[in-house]
Amino acid sequence: MMEERRLGIIVSGSLTKGVEARLDSAMSIEDIAVGRYVTIEGEKRRFFGMITDVTLDASDPRLMTAPPDVSDPFIAEVLSGTSTFGRLHVLPSLTIGGDALSLLEGPQPMKTVPTHFSVVREASEQDVARVFGLVEEKQFYIGTPLDMETKVRLNPAELVKRSNGIFGKSGTGKTFLARLILIGIMQEGAAVNLVFDMHSEYGWEGTSEEGRKVKALKQLFPSKVAVFALDEEGARRRKVSTDFVVEIGYDEIEPEDIAMLRETLTLTDAAVQATYRLARRFGERKWLESFLALESREEINELAQSLGEHEATMAALHRRLDSLRRLRFLVPQARDNAIQRILEYLDRGINVVLEFGRYTDYTAYILVANLLTRRIHAQYRERMERAMGEDIAKPRPLVISIEEAHRFLSHELAGQTIFGTIAREMRKYNVTLLVIDQRPSGIDEEVMSQLGTKITCLLDNERDIDSVLTGVSGKSELKAVLAKLDTKQQALIFGHAVPMPVVVRTREYGSPQSYKELGFREALELKKQAEEDKDLWG
Amino acid sequence: MPAKIGEVIQASTGEFTAQCYELHQPPPFGSLVKIREGEVEIYAVVSGAATTSIEPGRRPIARGREETEEEAIYRSSPQLAKLLRTDFTATVVGHQKGAGGGENKKGEGLHHYLPPRPARIHSFVYLCDPEEVAAFSQSLDFLSILVGAGSQADELIAASLRHAAAAHQDPRDFLIKAGKELAVLLGSETNRLNNILRRIKG
Repeated sequence: MMEERRLGIIVSGSLTKGVEARLDSAMSIEDIAVGRYVTIEGEKRRFFGMITDVTLDASDPRLMTAPPDVSDPFIAEVLSGTSTFGRLHVLPSLTIGGDALSLLEGPQPMKTVPTHFSVVREASEQDVARVFGLVEEKQFYIGTPLDMETKVRLNPAELVKRSNGIFGKSGTGKTFLARLILIGIMQEGAAVNLVFDMHSEYGWEGTSEEGRKVKALKQLFPSKVAVFALDEEGARRRKVSTDFVVEIGYDEIEPEDIAMLRETLTLTDAAVQATYRLARRFGERKWLESFLALESREEINELAQSLGEHEATMAALHRRLDSLRRLRFLVPQARDNAIQRILEYLDRGINVVLEFGRYTDYTAYILVANLLTRRIHAQYRERMERAMGEDIAKPRPLVISIEEAHRFLSHELAGQTIFGTIAREMRKYNVTLLVIDQRPSGIDEEVMSQLGTKITCLLDNERDIDSVLTGVSGKSELKAVLAKLDTKQQALIFGHAVPMPVVVRTREYGSPQSYKELGFREALELKKQAEEDKDLWG
Repeated sequence: MPAKIGEVIQASTGEFTAQCYELHQPPPFGSLVKIREGEVEIYAVVSGAATTSIEPGRRPIARGREETEEEAIYRSSPQLAKLLRTDFTATVVGHQKGAGGGENKKGEGLHHYLPPRPARIHSFVYLCDPEEVAAFSQSLDFLSILVGAGSQADELIAASLRHAAAAHQDPRDFLIKAGKELAVLLGSETNRLNNILRRIKG
């Protein structure tokens, strides 16, 4: 085995804070980048870790106050690496190899630190593969570590066991990452997806930052994906082949759904309370239609009096709810039951992308996502409970993807929305979330801590970074790494599905080659395959 | 065997003084010399030289008022060469055991620390040839002895390194290696280090 480049030796450190290595004088500190992997050869075991910081240091503090004449290359060369030297801060997290037993057991969490003067080397491709698992053909991988070719496996089956989050400033590639992960989950059949696609980027096609069109799920896997549309006209204009047009009847909307809109509709607490009274008065399925049917001020006042509500409150509520009428997918009576349809597709293992088309405002998104998810979750819950009791097959694991998650999972709402419940109860009912958001600090702390795996692109807001890294060991170290990610195609992944935090260059998405690698077959190719099969079978 | 240049007249473990055979012809400051002591060859770096009267009580007097050139003084008073002497001191920096056969010139048995016994009085002192200098300075451990060699240590280190560098194929490479060694030895004495580095950068 070829020896990897030697970087330096361990000079100090601790288990909790990571170890310090002194850079060899032959190495230039400028060749070192945070996020890179290293191995440390301890006496008995080998350690595997990530560089999280680089520091300049000098043996004599006077060097800094009276710097030597470094314009002379001779003096500069003598001093570099001796009087002045670089230090690496390494966050070791695993032990690998060493003896035969540990080779069998695979990487283990680290419980001690390497001895003084252990040699630090760049990690080899084999080491990285040993840590993140060899990616076999047709297995899903998310990308490669920085400056390496080894593929980093992200096991979809592990991933979907918990709710997960994808974070990053806008324009850092959240959507691309989410698409990749959805494809990974689909490819390996780990779960079936329901995507609330606010900006219509997941179903048919999306656009890259440069404005280039990229294929989305339905184009790549037509037989595995169904596109549901709220905005039929829009979908038709964009030439999207939709499988189902979603309509939601007034009778489907419950007071709980309105409560979620408190912020976007600027409803007062009193108004929200009033909806429950209305539901009691007119019945769960009739209240909204009956209430909106009132037209004159007198009628509303009369109702307010009979319910013991404030007249102004009632009038305001009526005005706000009336504004829902502009959402054309809301109809007094739906032609078909969207929830049932979605569940049918999901049961058949077909992934559902719900495109919002022109309804890109939060009111529509929150209303529909909440409403559908609540019903679907209830069904899952019922089936799971039945499955447990009667020993029948459990429903397929379901992953629900939501964008702009801080709107649903804010501190105020997390306790009430269905998404908060799903995030907290983990996979008890086989439903987990994929949260996609650019302002993680807006998401409730409890929910954040429940997310199993977090995949985060560049974040630069201090509060966002803090909230993403809450509860992670080596937080301050990862913070440095996170703030230094490239704006494109780089992400830090940590949590349940990876053995240790990893910075990846995410795999390419958007070129014909990349589609092919993800399992896309051109129509021509499929036809050829079919013909070959026919030849074979007569 | 190179020609002998002088004879030890005072010796201790770490240092010796020798008288030159030629007046005014001491070995250069910082050059490497050696002495045979039984089976051991003692290596030392020339750390200073002085020319004085042979009798401590009698000081030379100025004689050149009537002469036009300096050499004429010695010509007109030939006894002067016998009344003056040139001594040099050298700091012992290492030794080689089993020397004498001349076979192990390639640095076998070379140690860069003090020999078990000091040189004997009247030992001959030889100037090392470049080959020996190069072999001896393969290891820079002798620098740690020179670092503590008194008030002119820094000058001595610089001179000896300049001298040794000339014997190496790649003088710059040698000096950088030596400089790094010094940087470690003088870790907390940046000023000294800088002084030496300025003296050897060439």
